Amino acid sequence: MYSGKVMEHFMNPRNVGEIELADGIGEVGNPVCGDIMHIEIKVADNIIEDVKFKTFGCAAAIATSSMVTEMVKGRTLEEAERITNRTVAEALDGLPPVKMHCSNLAADALHEAIKDYMKRHPG
Amino acid sequence: MKTIYMDHSATTPVDPRVFSAMIPYYNDVFGNASSVHTPGQKARQAVEDARDKVAALIKATPQEIIFTTGGTEADNQALIGYMQANAHRGRHIITSAIEHHAVLDTCEYLHKQGYDLTVLPVNSLGMVEPQVLKDTMRDDTVLVSIMHANNEIGTIQSIKELAAIAHEGGAVFHTDAVQSFGKLDINVRDMGIDMLSASAHKLYGPKGIGCLYVNKKIKLAKYLHGGAQERNRRAGTENVPAIVGFGVAAQLAGDNRLESAARLTALGQRLQKGILERVPHARLTGHPSLRLPGSVSVCFEFVEGESVLLMLDSYGIAASSGSACTSGSLDPSHVLLAIGLPHVIAHGSLRLTLGHSNTDEDVDYVLDIIPKVVESLRKMSPLYANVGGVA
Repeated sequence: MYSGKVMEHFMNPRNVGEIELADGIGEVGNPVCGDIMHIEIKVADNIIEDVKFKTFGCAAAIATSSMVTEMVKGRTLEEAERITNRTVAEALDGLPPVKMHCSNLAADALHEAIKDYMKRHPG
Repeated sequence: MKTIYMDHSATTPVDPRVFSAMIPYYNDVFGNASSVHTPGQKARQAVEDARDKVAALIKATPQEIIFTTGGTEADNQALIGYMQANAHRGRHIITSAIEHHAVLDTCEYLHKQGYDLTVLPVNSLGMVEPQVLKDTMRDDTVLVSIMHANNEIGTIQSIKELAAIAHEGGAVFHTDAVQSFGKLDINVRDMGIDMLSASAHKLYGPKGIGCLYVNKKIKLAKYLHGGAQERNRRAGTENVPAIVGFGVAAQLAGDNRLESAARLTALGQRLQKGILERVPHARLTGHPSLRLPGSVSVCFEFVEGESVLLMLDSYGIAASSGSACTSGSLDPSHVLLAIGLPHVIAHGSLRLTLGHSNTDEDVDYVLDIIPKVVESLRKMSPLYANVGGVA
C-alpha cells in the first residue's frame, strides 16, 4: 500500500513539534476530512533555519509533513516556494492514488507558513 | 514477531478440522454434484450433509438453505430476488442506516430501479428503535431488512421484536447475520426471520461460500440463471469442498458456541475496560452490553484511525478502523456517522474483534501497546495541543 519511504517517515517522523516564537505559521486541511497539517518556520537571512510540524491524519499525511520539513530546512524562501505537493510525493517514492488529493497537503501548509512570514515581515 | 490477530470480524483462519474435511473433495471426491454416476452422487451426499449442518445451526430445514458465494451474494439474492417476485404486493423496502454495504447498496440499486426505499435511523448505541420501524411501515411495505449484529460496532438488534412488527404490517423480514451466525443463538422460527444471510469465512470456514436461508413459504425470483441447482433457485455447479467446509465450520461453531461466547465476552470486556481506563479521551462505540462476544470498538480523539492501525501493525497487532482512509472514501464509516459521531471523532475509530486464537496474554500485550501508540500520535496532533494535551 505505502512505499518504504512513506512508512519510514511515518514511523520516524522528522521535525515534529513547535517553534518558540516562530516567524511564520501555516495550517491547512480540516478535521471533517480527517487531515490537518500545521507547519511553523524560523527564518533568518531569507533562509528557513528551522521548521517543525504537527499533523492530524493518516500515514500519508504524517509522512508528507515530515518529508516537506526535511526538504525545506536550510533552503531559501524562493526554493521553498517551488516545492509542490507533487514533488513531496515524488520524494516519498509516490503515494497511493487515493491519497494524492486528500492527504498530500504538506507543501500547501509550508506555503501558508511562508505567506504568514511575508505578511509579518513586509518588504 | 508474533502476529496478534484481532480482526476476526473481517475474516478468520480456516479451522484445521474444516480444512482437512475439505481436502478430499478437491481430488478424491471431485464429482459434479449434479451427475448421476457414483462420483457425482458422492459429491451430492457431501453437499446435502453440509446443508443439514448449516440448517441445524439456525433451526431451519435443509430445503430452506441456498448456498451462495458468501454474504454479499446472499444479501443481493434476498433483496433483489424477493422484490422481483413480489412487486405486485407492494414496492416499499425498509432497511437501516448501519447495514453492511451489501444490503445498503443493493437497496439503493433497487431504489434506482423504481422501488421505494426508507432507511431507518439508529440511536446513539446503534439500535433500530422498534417504534421507529412501526411508524415507518406502510400499506405497500413488503420487505424489511435489518442486520442482526453490526460488523463495526457490534450492536445486536432486537430481531424478534422487529420481525414481529414487519409481519404485523404484512412484510417479510430479512436479516444479514454474517457477523452473528454461529456466534449468537439463532432460531429462525422463534425469531420470525424469513430470510437470513450468512458467510463461512467469519466462522473459521473458507472464503467464497455462504448461504441464504429462505423460509419455504417465500417466493424468490431466481438469481443466477443457467442450471437447476439449489432447487432451481441459484444456478451454477456447487463448490463442493467449500460447502463441505462451511458445514463443518457451522457444526463446530454450534458445538462450541456457549463456551466460546463466554470466553470471548470476558476477554473483550477486559480489553474494552482496559483501553478506556488507560487512554484518556477515548469512548466506546456501540452498545455497552448488547454486542457481539469479543467485539471491541472505540474512538480515540485527536488521532486518525489509519495511523493507529499502521503503528499497531508495527507491533504485530492486526486491527481495523472505520476512518475515511480505511474506507477508501473521504468520509468515515457510515455506521459511525449514523450513531451520531462527528466526523473528527469517527476518524479516530479502532475495532478489535477477538477470536479463537486470542489469549489473556494477547489482551495484556495490546493493552500495553495501545496507550503508547495513541500517545505518540497525539504528540504529533495539532488538535491535541489545542485542548491542552502534552505538547
